[in-house]
Amino acid sequence: MLTVYPILEKNDLASKVYRYVIAAPDIVKKAKAGQFVILRLHEGGERIPITLADWDMQRGTVTLYVQAIGKTTTMMSMLKVGDFLTDVVGPFGLPSHVEKGKTFVAVGGGFGIAAIHPIVRANKLVGNKTISIIGARSKEMIIMEDEMRAISDEVRIATDDGSYGTKGFVTTILKSMLEHKEPVDVVLAIGPVIMMKAVSDLTKQYGVKTLVSLNPIMMDGTGMCGACRVIVGDTMQFACVDGPEFDGHAVDFNLLMARQKMYSPQEKISMEIFEKTCRTQEHRETAAW
Amino acid sequence: MNETTQPTIKKISNKERMKIPRHAMPEQEPLVRAKNFFEVPLGYTADMAMEEADRCLQCKDPKCIQGCPVNVKIPQFIFHVAMGNFELAANTLKETNALPAVCGRVCPQEEQCETVCVIGGKVEPVAIGRLERFVADWERASRKVSLPAIPRSSGKKIAVIGAGPAGLTCAGDLAKLGHSVTVFEALHKAGGVLVYGIPEFRLPKQIVEAEVQYLEKLGVKIQCNFVVGMTRTVDELMTEDGYDAVFIGTGAGLPYFMGLPGENLNGVYSANEFLTRMNLMKGFEFPNNADTPVPMAKHVAVIGGGNTAMDAARTALRLQWTEKVYIVYRRSLVEMPARKEEIHHGEQEGIEFLLLTNPTRFLGENGWLTGMECQKMELGEPDASGRRKPVPINGSEFVLTVESAIVATGNGSNPLINKTTPGLTANKYGNIIADESGKTSREGMWAGGDIVIGAATVIKAMGAGKKAAAAIHEYVTAKKK
Repeated sequence: MLTVYPILEKNDLASKVYRYVIAAPDIVKKAKAGQFVILRLHEGGERIPITLADWDMQRGTVTLYVQAIGKTTTMMSMLKVGDFLTDVVGPFGLPSHVEKGKTFVAVGGGFGIAAIHPIVRANKLVGNKTISIIGARSKEMIIMEDEMRAISDEVRIATDDGSYGTKGFVTTILKSMLEHKEPVDVVLAIGPVIMMKAVSDLTKQYGVKTLVSLNPIMMDGTGMCGACRVIVGDTMQFACVDGPEFDGHAVDFNLLMARQKMYSPQEKISMEIFEKTCRTQEHRETAAW
Repeated sequence: MNETTQPTIKKISNKERMKIPRHAMPEQEPLVRAKNFFEVPLGYTADMAMEEADRCLQCKDPKCIQGCPVNVKIPQFIFHVAMGNFELAANTLKETNALPAVCGRVCPQEEQCETVCVIGGKVEPVAIGRLERFVADWERASRKVSLPAIPRSSGKKIAVIGAGPAGLTCAGDLAKLGHSVTVFEALHKAGGVLVYGIPEFRLPKQIVEAEVQYLEKLGVKIQCNFVVGMTRTVDELMTEDGYDAVFIGTGAGLPYFMGLPGENLNGVYSANEFLTRMNLMKGFEFPNNADTPVPMAKHVAVIGGGNTAMDAARTALRLQWTEKVYIVYRRSLVEMPARKEEIHHGEQEGIEFLLLTNPTRFLGENGWLTGMECQKMELGEPDASGRRKPVPINGSEFVLTVESAIVATGNGSNPLINKTTPGLTANKYGNIIADESGKTSREGMWAGGDIVIGAATVIKAMGAGKKAAAAIHEYVTAKKK
């Protein structure tokens, strides 16, 4: 049992997205597709939930993709191989629901691609036909392309600026598939809320079952605090223990989007103070030289 | 220890003892403490404690011991205090109570030991809780924390799930009996509700840490960041990891909301979330020393009348940007389940109590809470709980301007263990069914605390942990291996 969690590998990918391989042997033993971990960088740090992108039984490691947006994720981006995280705990959430004998279409937007990866693999392993539609703003922001190709029967790519694959959104590709009556039994969409909403709105018109993995603000992850409540159909659900995967046609995405902004003003303050401290630090270091 | 049965502390008569007034607890001034997070009561001095201890009649048939869920030998420890033997007093306390500094602060003594105190009928009862706190604090401050003699290892392994009051008590008792005990905690810090729920100004976290360290000295292993049910199931602990018995003390579960319109607006929190942000995550030090954000509202309404509601209200008040805090409770002050002391402290600090008032909906703009519509109530006929049922008064609606509302109307149960442990029977609320000793429907599995009885008190959970420890000891001792 570890009490600290070392970073064994770190890669700087496009658009402030980083790949981390972290030793967490207890978690690996139970990790399943669709689950997430919660980590904390240091004493006084936040608990942040991150979906598992991959794991390695032999090495006892988990692979996480994190985009540096706020203070915590930016601080994490400054850590190096050999540094430790104070806490990594999990796996949390219900595993993804995998049905056999289906044509499974996974839609991943931005670093949401990392989250669909293990779910596509789980579908592939039970013999499903897997089609992955992955998209980002431009070519350099498409992550995990090789990994996705290895587990998908087909990979289709969309970029907003047309620098790679189809010009447009992931929904552009999905819409064309549905219009052309290509066989699609189940759609899974993970990415920005706006994308998951667009995918769900589209598939609803065609009556195709759609799963989404929600990422509300979360704290303990064990079903204690109620921060991650979402409305699915008429009921209040807690993403940490009832999800994170839900029926995309029943999720109240507008509420989710509003609730994700709950701490925006505070996050801004936190980031400003942090950047100021970093600049002072840099200034000092330069001055010393 | 014979002298403890002979009440010969000071040669004064019982009549004279009863003339000594109960010592008031020195406290921080209300308006000063209302804006800081330091502890409110400052604690007795040694002189105050000895004087207070002189009020105890050393009854031959003491009622107070039965009044205590963990049966602390109250007259004995008070005898030692009166004699100035604080170290002996501490040892007596710890024979039955692994967390005296916690209990001395958060137990509702007025409903337990002190309510049955013999002199209580005529004068105010002995301040047992304050004396317990004094002794525990003295021991910690003097660094004279002594360890009991621990028997040779029994070779039995016991897993305790949840490092809250029930689990820690159970673990301490079992370690003292020579068993190898590991406590598995889902959060990054041990203490359960003592660290995530009860605020710093009522229970400094340093004290919880010291009590946890004491358990570690007894040989208890504490594994944080380990979610039984997810990281490992209870069955795996027993069949693969070689644990002979398990105690489940997973505590409170998902918060109840009221099903009112607008309750998912930004600014509406469960008390669990608000308190966890403030206590476990140290949100009151945001943004300088803690990264977890907390609500920044000028006007706050807390809905509910229990201790959790009081904790949330008094915590909100202490944030520098808060100007006004309301407690909104649908019954009257008499029915309020919170401790009198907490209500009194809240009133002193300037919290406004809106009694016989019930929220009907949350109002918002652009997704953010701006107000709460409430309705006045009146008391009708007694309901199932024996308390008079609040009935709405038609046309009494009014709007309270608040940017933050904290819902403190109770919790359900945590689903993680039940869902992953086949054959473990629970009731319709998800509370694990257990007998008097905590024994569940599954062999080798005991449970206690909030996961069994629903939201209760720290000391009741500790009592359950204690009973279960005795039963587990008996079970593993009899078990062939």
